[in-house]
Amino acid sequence: MFSIKEELNNNIISKLTIRFGNGILFHELSYDTLCITIDKNIIFDCIDYLYKEETLKYRFLTTLCGIHYLDSEKSIGVIYHLHSLTNNHRIRIKSFTEIENPVFPSITTIFNAANWMERETYDFFGIIFENHPNLKRILNADDINYFPMRKEYPIEDTTRDDKNDNMFGRS
Amino acid sequence: MFEYYKIKEREVTHKDYNTLNLGPIHPATHCVFQNKLTMDGEIVIEAEQTIGYVHRALEKMAERKAYYQISTLTDRMNYCSSPINNFGWEMTVEKLCGIELPKRVEYMRVIIMELSRIADHLLCNSVIGVDSGALTGFVYLFQDREKIYEIFEEICGARLTTNIGRIGGFERNFNNNVWTKLDSFLKEYPKHLKEFENLLVRNRIFMDRTINVGSISADKALNYGFTGPCLRATGVDFDIRVSNPYSSYEDFDFIIPVGTNGDTYDRFMVRQEEMWQSLNIINQAVDKINKIQNEIYHADTPLYYLPQKQDVYTKMEALIWHFKIVMGETSIPVGEVYHCVEGANGELGFYLISDGGRTPYRLHFRRPCFIYYQAYPELIKGGFLSDAILTMSSLNVISGELDA
Repeated sequence: MFSIKEELNNNIISKLTIRFGNGILFHELSYDTLCITIDKNIIFDCIDYLYKEETLKYRFLTTLCGIHYLDSEKSIGVIYHLHSLTNNHRIRIKSFTEIENPVFPSITTIFNAANWMERETYDFFGIIFENHPNLKRILNADDINYFPMRKEYPIEDTTRDDKNDNMFGRS
Repeated sequence: MFEYYKIKEREVTHKDYNTLNLGPIHPATHCVFQNKLTMDGEIVIEAEQTIGYVHRALEKMAERKAYYQISTLTDRMNYCSSPINNFGWEMTVEKLCGIELPKRVEYMRVIIMELSRIADHLLCNSVIGVDSGALTGFVYLFQDREKIYEIFEEICGARLTTNIGRIGGFERNFNNNVWTKLDSFLKEYPKHLKEFENLLVRNRIFMDRTINVGSISADKALNYGFTGPCLRATGVDFDIRVSNPYSSYEDFDFIIPVGTNGDTYDRFMVRQEEMWQSLNIINQAVDKINKIQNEIYHADTPLYYLPQKQDVYTKMEALIWHFKIVMGETSIPVGEVYHCVEGANGELGFYLISDGGRTPYRLHFRRPCFIYYQAYPELIKGGFLSDAILTMSSLNVISGELDA
């Protein structure tokens, strides 16, 4: 079966590959959503291209959020969900980098909506968005010195030894 | 209005401007928001927002809770329409696990979701009335909100933070009280809503207070990530129920009301019309359920559906499944899924990353309020302080959802 959605997916992949070549690292279909992993250096250009390209028009930023995988080399990443209202099509764009230098380009010049989402991601994951107009903490207190959504910060108070949850899921 | 933007470029001195702290706790803001306003007399020049006063780290907590426990977190986001949040989360897990629901269950969900949309919209609209000086409508419509909550209470035992439904369906079937209460609500509410409309819709004072107040263009609204009634008030007919139908919304016949100016009055009118459409959808859903002969209220997925407590105590199978689900022995697929529902405020999304464990590896909530509230300074700049209050209530920002 060759649906409109598949056609769109293939179209995006081929267009992005022609335009950015090796910058497109990996793509897969997960639960009907096209998921593209790209190099962090082309994030801005790629999203700008998707925004401006006449046939694609990904002009709605659904969400932007951070992710942290403890056990991989490029462990920290940003995930963008873009929505093309004209085609009613959603894609997911991911990009990862090393946790020692978590710097990503800001896309606030393309989407105003990204402003607070990037601040939230900075607040929780410590990801620094270059050229962001006002990158400071948004939901947490200004004076905390850690990034609470990173996996190394456990949800429980680590000083307590009266609770042992090892048998329930992750320790 | 234009001159005030020019004044902004001048050096700010104490003589020129006053600073006004609107919030964090103020009766007119309805929730916990802080806006540091720079005022020139009555005119707002600049607004600086501070949010996060009721941040409860729901996303972090979700990483330590089993799937069936997370619905208790979701209904603390938009507590005015918590069933939509609950179902949104449950549908996300169902999408991940590939659970198909029987039609009857989906129609039951539609009834509850539309009821909670009505509850949310009527609260928002009557509060717009309050902020413009008409307390009557608020008090008058609240009895109907009470009736909706009574229906919720019959179904799940709770009123505000409902935790309604389970992964795979409902905890129990709707009893007769639900149907009679729903029936009387469907009969009574249109009359009350009509009277409420008579009070405000063509009211000269109300129109003067709301038309061209806090307006935004469609392009800007999209760029700011507006969704829901606030986006539709600008004239964009984007509704998840139509563009990405979930829970069998494609079976229903309804229209998406849109506005033109994107101002407070349009937002009010869009919500008002959506309530009529919701009533229409509920009527259709009741008809459809009456045509279905069976009494099914959950999908047949013992792997994920928590069995009824009564069965757990009396049937061995149910006890085994209960034990397996609670102890995290059932296998959850590995994968990533984004699912969104049309919440009362807009696109309420759940981005779930599962690594096959008992708990989500990462769960991100797309909260519509959080995204569009950042446009608030732009909406109120150059307007009066009293208009800023009206604009905020017409955006229907719920601080639980804003801060998560």
